[in-house]
Amino acid sequence: MRRTLLPLLSIAFAVSTLPASAQDKLTIYTYDSFVAEWGPGPQVEKAFEAECNCDVEFVAVADGAALLNRVKLEGANTRADIVLGLDTNLTAEAKASGLFVPADIDHGSVNVPGGWKDDVFVPYDYAHFAIVYDSEVLPNPPRSLQQLVDGNPEEKIVLQDPRTSTPGLGMLLWIKAVYGEKAPEIWAKLKNRVLTVTPGWSEAYGLFTKGEAPMVLSYMTSPAYHMVADDTERYKAVAFQEGNYLQIEVAGVTTTGAKNPLSARFLTFMTGPGFQDIIPETNWMLPAGATDKPLNAAFGKLPEATKTILFPADEVAANRKAWIDEWLTAMSR
Amino acid sequence: MTESPSAGTPVRLDEVRFSYERTSLRFDVSFQPGAITAVMGASGSGKSTLLNLVAGFEVPESGRVLIGQEDVTNLSPADRPVSMMFQENNLFAHLDVERNVGLGRSPSLRLTNDDRKMVADALARTGLSGKERRLPRELSGGERQRVALARVLVRNRPVLLLDEPFGSLGPALRADMLDLLRDVQSERAMTVLLVTHQPEDARRVASHIVFLEEGSVVASDLTDNFFADGGPEAFRHYIGEKITDSARKRT
Amino acid sequence: MEQRISAGRLAIRDLRVVAGGVALAIIVLLVGGAFAGLAVEGIRDFENALAAFDSYLARIVWFTLWQAILSTAFSVIPAIAVARALSRHRAFRGRGLILKLFALPLALPAIVATLGILALLGRAGLLAGPLSSLLGGTWPGIYGLSGILVAHVFFNLPLATRLLLEALDTVPQDQWRLASQLGMGPGSTFRLIEWPAIRSALPGAAGLVFMLCVTSFTVVLTLGGGPAATTLEVAIYQSLRFDFDPTRAVTLTVLQIGLTVAVMIVLGLLGARTALDGSLSVAPRKFLAIGPVESAVNSVVILIALALVAGPIAAVLVSGLKADLARLVLDPAVHAATTTSVVLAVLSSSLSVAMALSLVAARRAVSARRGWLARSFGWIAGTGAGFVLVVPPIVIGAGWFIMLRHTGLVFAAAPVMVVMVNAAMAMPFAIRAIRPAYEAAGERNDRLCAQLGISGWNRARLIDWPALRLALATGLAFSMALSLGDLGVIALFGSDSVQTLPFLLLARIGSYRTDDAAGLALLLGLLCLTLIFLADRLGTRGTP
Repeated sequence: MRRTLLPLLSIAFAVSTLPASAQDKLTIYTYDSFVAEWGPGPQVEKAFEAECNCDVEFVAVADGAALLNRVKLEGANTRADIVLGLDTNLTAEAKASGLFVPADIDHGSVNVPGGWKDDVFVPYDYAHFAIVYDSEVLPNPPRSLQQLVDGNPEEKIVLQDPRTSTPGLGMLLWIKAVYGEKAPEIWAKLKNRVLTVTPGWSEAYGLFTKGEAPMVLSYMTSPAYHMVADDTERYKAVAFQEGNYLQIEVAGVTTTGAKNPLSARFLTFMTGPGFQDIIPETNWMLPAGATDKPLNAAFGKLPEATKTILFPADEVAANRKAWIDEWLTAMSR
Repeated sequence: MTESPSAGTPVRLDEVRFSYERTSLRFDVSFQPGAITAVMGASGSGKSTLLNLVAGFEVPESGRVLIGQEDVTNLSPADRPVSMMFQENNLFAHLDVERNVGLGRSPSLRLTNDDRKMVADALARTGLSGKERRLPRELSGGERQRVALARVLVRNRPVLLLDEPFGSLGPALRADMLDLLRDVQSERAMTVLLVTHQPEDARRVASHIVFLEEGSVVASDLTDNFFADGGPEAFRHYIGEKITDSARKRT
Repeated sequence: MEQRISAGRLAIRDLRVVAGGVALAIIVLLVGGAFAGLAVEGIRDFENALAAFDSYLARIVWFTLWQAILSTAFSVIPAIAVARALSRHRAFRGRGLILKLFALPLALPAIVATLGILALLGRAGLLAGPLSSLLGGTWPGIYGLSGILVAHVFFNLPLATRLLLEALDTVPQDQWRLASQLGMGPGSTFRLIEWPAIRSALPGAAGLVFMLCVTSFTVVLTLGGGPAATTLEVAIYQSLRFDFDPTRAVTLTVLQIGLTVAVMIVLGLLGARTALDGSLSVAPRKFLAIGPVESAVNSVVILIALALVAGPIAAVLVSGLKADLARLVLDPAVHAATTTSVVLAVLSSSLSVAMALSLVAARRAVSARRGWLARSFGWIAGTGAGFVLVVPPIVIGAGWFIMLRHTGLVFAAAPVMVVMVNAAMAMPFAIRAIRPAYEAAGERNDRLCAQLGISGWNRARLIDWPALRLALATGLAFSMALSLGDLGVIALFGSDSVQTLPFLLLARIGSYRTDDAAGLALLLGLLCLTLIFLADRLGTRGTP
């Protein structure tokens, strides 16, 4: 056995340590679905490399939360020039690490609902969290959070766990923002309607598309995928009367990247059409910057949020633990 | 002590103490060199343990095991000048007869031409010629023990221990095997310790008997003296009881 | 005194003990290194870590143990009946396939298996209609404790069955002949022959299932219905993910190990080892008189188990066939991921089986020795090393990441870490598969080998390999399945060079490509079956 093991191991080693040219290279840490070959990564890489005549290397970590942990663990030695894929709930902690530097670019072309702005992190796309429902099973979906809470407990919804997933945290903040002190009572009531609480978005959406529940917590933009790829309008999202909680995805330059002139250039590229045109039909989110191409018609059929709800990042950072404990108590009763 | 020791290798347990579970044993005994000694005693009297101590499967808590002039107390079983035959499981089930015997020449089964010749001779000597390619399960019980004996021959160690090796064979077959054992022993002048329950086995091949009771040697003498009128009382008692003692000794 | 010295000298000379020591060292290094890494990062806030011991923690500890104990009971007790039925009927058509199928659940990522189970028993499942009319009202699905139990039984009943069958196969043929000779009915055969063999393997099998259920994560959350169903593993994950609190993660991991050890000790006391009597197997076939009633009962038992395992697998198959398989098969990303998965699975399962064999051998080598040192080494090699299974991969990943972050080895280490962690995690399975056969072969051959001086490489080649290769193949099959399905530590290490099939599958779900994911699940299942088929071939080739 030793005969086969050693060469294979050394191949694995060699492959993973292949030296890349240190010159004119930009290293971007992001989450895995961004770099998947049907995601934005490959096209973004090609477009920017053509523009900068440099080498772009994506390093994929599981998701936003893992991404921040990874950079914090690497500290000032991080290889990342740019971290792309944090959401606004994580930016306060990211800034507190002291590993990010202010973005020295023109924010003019960036436009997200609610006018979120930050000197360090630059938005590249956004979407509202929304209840997505199966119109063939549920002709009359709830039109507000209150209707969701008060509705027929036999019509179930699948939620995500705020301890392990970002949409789950989004729902928690959404209810907290709308109901404040009354949030525990609301959760206690909503509990009867919850089929189950999954560890991540994938499990929840899987249960939903298998028909286990007629509703799921997802994004306002989710139905666009089904319209474009599956050619069906069966799945729809609802804009709630109280408004919808917003998720903004952002990128920032690290202290390592501050020394690389390509960093600022990439952020500028990111807010322009070369990047933004790619986003809608690869990441299935809405572009935060200027586009050249019109959005696919499917996006036009999506409802628009009547009101955007978003907690300031530092408030989330300060209260997350207490609010999750509150949720646990209400849901475990 | 009538024969000359120069004919074979002496085996001696010198103040050996050993205990397992709640039994403690104490052996202080010399065996007749170059002769067959029957080791007898009731079930649980320590016969197998005695053999295991000589073979090295058990290590004494105190005392010494001497074979020839050498203290072998701390030697591993393979390093002792000893061969051993068990009641069962003397053969590797997946290896054929020739290879089972060949292991006695080389534990890696890399056999020289001389080795092969020796194996063939041993198989002929034990009446197994023509059965070289058989697997153990294709042999009768008697044949399997013959294979084991053939391996003893090719190993050519001066001491042979047998733990009820023919206990499961019929009387005629057992007599044949004992005769074969006696012949082989006298050809090589081996010192043989034979654990048996059958007084007639002892009478047939053993010149000496060592009799155990509750973990120690209570009598040691010529076989003829054991069976004479003045034989040890414990032994007479044992033979008398033997007929109702149908339980097989733990192996 | 003299005896102890000589035993010590023997121990050093015995290659088996050395090999076992090396295997243990690898595991200790893997877990200890991770803990050290986390300690370096986080030992500053113990008060906060202790604050974790609140009523919430008490509740999840209780739930973790409760669901794991129930899952173990529901998996292992029926597995006795299934293993016995399979052991008594050795020649029916499809038996081999059933056994191969039984290794498959381990290879399916939890999300795939969960959706497969729900395709049968969910609110929209195949059986929802019949169940609704049977029970009246709308079938509520299996969310809650019942769902967790069904899923755990799906994963673990086949595993326990194969492990117990392995133990039953070590019963010497003479005993079966004796049983038929004495005219023993099925009842007394079970009591006198089968049960002692099963009992010797039961604590190990049950312990393994228990550990898998303790660390269950996706299944518990997805099917549990709400946060009332939460395991310690979730809390550990949470503490490293959003909070990044290494102290708390280490504290909770130690708690998880401690609780598991406690339960395993109780299990061990319940099932004291019975000595295996190994005599030369005489006949290759059994002499069993199986009456028509028993035959019918056994068939029903096997069919129920098969339905339980094959049902969700069939659901995976059906939804997989809807995918555009032709495109997937030609997709270069799928090729790359498949190659990576196979290379990693082969490497880690080989390492896993090597470590398991070393530990099993070392345990046997010292089992006859006296003294606390030999006894504790034997315990650690036999049981202790298995507790690596309850160390969450995220803890190992994070800890080693911290250790390596300043060395520049982080990227190079990713594939090595994946192989090591998968090997360590699969090792307890391999141990359970190998040990009964090794012990039985040892009972039979140890004295003879010692007497003839057959040791080391000669013994491995001439004696052990022929006697063990079937068991080694079983161990290899399980470790491969486990490694194939594992998502492991890759996520944190984040390396583009190590994209496995399950990883690709999850990423496709993450971008709404559920059909692709279903197709990939099917490919993963087929790949697993192929590897298991090859491992079995390796194990039976040339056997007379």
